[in-house]
Amino acid sequence: MKAFRRVISLLCLLALLLPGLAAAEDGFSTSYTYTYDYWEEPQESPDAYRVATVIDSMTLGLENLEGIRISKAQSLFVRDDRIYLCDTSNNRIIEILREGNRFSVRRVIREMKGAEISTFSQPYDVFVDPEGNLYVADFGNQRVAKMDRDLNWVQDFVKPTDATFDQSLNFLPKKLVVDVAGRVYALCQNVNKGLVKYEADGTFSGFIGANTVSISMGEYIWKRYFQTKEQRAQTASFVPTEYENIYIDEDDFIYATNTVFSEYDLKYDNAKPIRRLNSLGTDILIKNDRFPPIGDLTWLEGSDNYGPSKLTDITVLQNDIYVALDRTRGRLFGYDSQGILLWAFGTKGNVEGAFTGAVSLDHMGYDLLVLDQLENSITVFQTTEYGQTIYDASETYLEGRYDESAEQWRNVLKMNANYPLAFRGIGRAVMRQNRYEEAMDYFRLAHDRENYGRAFKLFRKEWVERNIWWIVLLLAAVLIVPLTIGRVKKLKGEVVAHELGKVRK
Amino acid sequence: MSLAKSANKPLPAAEGKAARAEARRAGGRRYLASLRYSLYVITHPFDGFWDLIHEKRGTLAAAHTFLILFLLTRVLKLMLTSFQFITAPVQYINVFQQMGSLLLPFLILCVANWAMTTLFDGKGRFRDIYMAMCYALVPYILIQLPMILVSNMLTYEEGSFYQVLLSFSVIWCAFLVFVGLMQVHDYGPGKTVIFLIVTVVGASIIIFLLLTFFSLLSDAASYFISMYREIFFRLN
Repeated sequence: MKAFRRVISLLCLLALLLPGLAAAEDGFSTSYTYTYDYWEEPQESPDAYRVATVIDSMTLGLENLEGIRISKAQSLFVRDDRIYLCDTSNNRIIEILREGNRFSVRRVIREMKGAEISTFSQPYDVFVDPEGNLYVADFGNQRVAKMDRDLNWVQDFVKPTDATFDQSLNFLPKKLVVDVAGRVYALCQNVNKGLVKYEADGTFSGFIGANTVSISMGEYIWKRYFQTKEQRAQTASFVPTEYENIYIDEDDFIYATNTVFSEYDLKYDNAKPIRRLNSLGTDILIKNDRFPPIGDLTWLEGSDNYGPSKLTDITVLQNDIYVALDRTRGRLFGYDSQGILLWAFGTKGNVEGAFTGAVSLDHMGYDLLVLDQLENSITVFQTTEYGQTIYDASETYLEGRYDESAEQWRNVLKMNANYPLAFRGIGRAVMRQNRYEEAMDYFRLAHDRENYGRAFKLFRKEWVERNIWWIVLLLAAVLIVPLTIGRVKKLKGEVVAHELGKVRK
Repeated sequence: MSLAKSANKPLPAAEGKAARAEARRAGGRRYLASLRYSLYVITHPFDGFWDLIHEKRGTLAAAHTFLILFLLTRVLKLMLTSFQFITAPVQYINVFQQMGSLLLPFLILCVANWAMTTLFDGKGRFRDIYMAMCYALVPYILIQLPMILVSNMLTYEEGSFYQVLLSFSVIWCAFLVFVGLMQVHDYGPGKTVIFLIVTVVGASIIIFLLLTFFSLLSDAASYFISMYREIFFRLN
């Protein structure tokens, strides 16, 4: 009897627990995912990502290990299965190893061997190349330090002595990336000429990707002719702005984000908050959507976090899918290679999956890691079935497996019938099977004018070929009938005139 | 007229009926002729508008018809044009709102033009101005109505053809408005241009006055309503 009671109570306990588990299975209710429809209205969608785990000083056991908690961490870098965390205020870099969903501290890097200044001072960013060499943007020491995988100092990249670099400025590297050839690109505070570029041997080789100054005609006339000298001195001068963050993708293109712009410029693609820079520093980001990738298209008037998205970091997944992190509202925006919004989610707050001070973002495969500088935690997001299906569908399409891609887009539609990209994907696959009319329907639902036009052109051609005889007959009828009528009338007139003539005679 | 006559004089029923039918037929013929006359007006605007007013070739009924057709064209265009060429949020469109947002400015502009030109020896009466304006809308109807159908047979790449024709129709209309006003008021071109600008200013004054009037009216109404409530509550 006692055993029976125990079983019952255990079952009751389980029953109590189950709803909680079920809720967790449904994804986080604290955050929500959405996309923008054709009319710029956010449409709720299933969650593309859900929180796998949150890493912080506690879960890493840093209290026991070093006795110091993470403080004002500024950057996060992922290489294979390692996460490198810039613990800026504590002047250290923490290397974290990931095994499944277990995260453990491998090393705490406080100094390097063989350098004159061996410790770091406010390291703002870290980069690890495939060989394991570490590059640290050592902000306080005004250098970018390079060391090998065993932390032996290799070289410093210091302030250029070149005349193009304003010598009165301090060299304050905040972000850095390194390309395959070992060239270092550093984003420095107070430098608005672009990224500072070094050759692998440490020589300065110029600036790259300067922001262009944009000014409207009216603004220029106003400032030039209508302002007094004092007024002009007080208003901001026309200088290009600094980038906010940079990321280098697998093909050595640098993605840069920019958070200084006027709100008005966003939708007209003058602000360009996300850029993809080639080796010449030209922006080559593809923008094939109605609006350029700018984060949120609309925001509620009078809400707490009013204003445009300020994209503070960016990371690039496979197939040129890129994800940007918005610090205004703590959101993540995923775009495909064509600049079309795949999903957006995230919010501000203290619960799991929400951020208070989102600052850095990186990815591990399809997983996303977001660093919060106020919570000093890393949130790890994993794709849901929905998110993964979207990725698979675009990947199979890029690989040329169109039918498979269409099948996956159909699966996406089963989960979210409000997804224009899925309609477009199916439309393209259907069009390849010469089912033009069907393709037209899909493109219409996706509001895709160019593709609709293409499908319609083929459909029209087919239709004309099928009905050519009817068209010829109709044309003939239209041409011949009035002609005959005219003829008959003329004849009639002649007859009447003849009769009249007879009468007159 | 014929109705009034027949009411005054007790005519034999059959004769009256026949006369009325005859008058109706004549009216119908005149209406049809004035409709057809619009084709002459839009192709020979200088001559056409002059005769429209001074030779009484136009009818108000035809003018109303064109205005209604114009509004219909506008709405049909929003609803039925191929989505490749038009970005209309069909789910949000209110047909009457769409029509109103065209009709009201049209009428206000007519009134403003009449008000301004009357002061500066414009020959046109309000009726004439309204009629000329309505006749000037005919190219819009004639081109845009078929273009709705044509848009559904064109692809996105052939859109320039569509756009050119649409622009053409609007330019044509603008030209007709200009010539129409010139002929109606017996103005020179320079004076017409000045009065077009003055008309727009006048229209904005009318809109301003209307808004002020309605806001004052609603203020007054709310004052009396609150007074009534106050008294009502006190009495209770």
